[in-house]
Amino acid sequence: MSSPESSSYDGTENVEHGKARPTEWPLWEIFIRGQHGLSHRHVGSLHAPDAEMAIKNARDVYTRRNEGVSIWAVEACKIAASSPEEKGPLYEPANAKVYRHPTFFDIPDDVGAM
Amino acid sequence: MTQPQFEFLTRLGDNTLVLGHRVSEWCGHAPVLEEDIALANTALDLIGQTQLWLGLAGEVEGKGRDADTLAFHRDVWDFRSLLLVEQPNGDFGQTMMRQFLFDAWHSNYLAQLMDSSDSRIAAIAEKSTKEVTYHLERSSDTVIGLGDGTEESHVRMQKALDRLWPFVGEMFVSDEVDAAMVAEGIAPDPASLRGEFDTLVNNVLTAATLTRPQDDFAHKGGKTGGRHTEHLGHMLTQMQWLQRAYPDASW
Repeated sequence: MSSPESSSYDGTENVEHGKARPTEWPLWEIFIRGQHGLSHRHVGSLHAPDAEMAIKNARDVYTRRNEGVSIWAVEACKIAASSPEEKGPLYEPANAKVYRHPTFFDIPDDVGAM
Repeated sequence: MTQPQFEFLTRLGDNTLVLGHRVSEWCGHAPVLEEDIALANTALDLIGQTQLWLGLAGEVEGKGRDADTLAFHRDVWDFRSLLLVEQPNGDFGQTMMRQFLFDAWHSNYLAQLMDSSDSRIAAIAEKSTKEVTYHLERSSDTVIGLGDGTEESHVRMQKALDRLWPFVGEMFVSDEVDAAMVAEGIAPDPASLRGEFDTLVNNVLTAATLTRPQDDFAHKGGKTGGRHTEHLGHMLTQMQWLQRAYPDASW
């Protein structure tokens, strides 16, 4: 989302453009809870030097229009993710198993929406 | 002296107006995107507060001037902002140091204003104080992070502190306008707020491994309008350009 590249601002000395500096801030994934009772949802990512600044940056980047009541920041490298290549063995076996959906029951009207 | 309450309100409104404009000059130029957005948010908070203070100032004055008229149709000598807020942005460190020194004074001053005998002033202070509490949190964290950061960031922050320190004292000078406000229970005596400011600033500077300048010499003339630094006039030519070129133009 951002990189501490040199700025064109007059008061700041420019550094040579090139590879991202090794000191680039880590990437954080940001989760916001929109209102009480709902779960946190992923809204995007940003760079920050530490967890506290990640929360502050998230506050400024993602909640300035009153979007949230709670922020989680998770360092992106700490997230364990499934690999796209394993998509076959992981998900396809569930394809032909419609009986796993609870759609074969009659739901009484007075239960309401489920 | 013109009406003391009008003077007092333009001081508050001009501080937030001039600093808000200064901070907005970073829009699109900040070192990283996240800081760019955070600075723009701060600038917008300050401009929002300006509308309230100058709006009330115009009302108190009773000559039909609204916040826009006061912001865009006065020249340097009519501005009552502190010398600190008109100082140029410099590098990012100097901008954040200026912000921190102002926030440290502003947050405490607004906290006192919430007890103002004038309910309109207390209400504006209450609304502003939430924003300013966050400004202070952010600017003090940044001052600590950069002061106690790399060798280069440390040197730049110390330079910024030394450059701006002579403008700190003016925030705590009391004059006849302040005395009139104290007498009516409208506002606190600025001189009485120095102790808390010093404690806060000393704590942050210590954590930032920065050295507080020994000399407390203070430039004056901003809040009285007597003698602004050269920077304010240049800033106003930018800020007021549209209204100067096309008087009373509107959307």
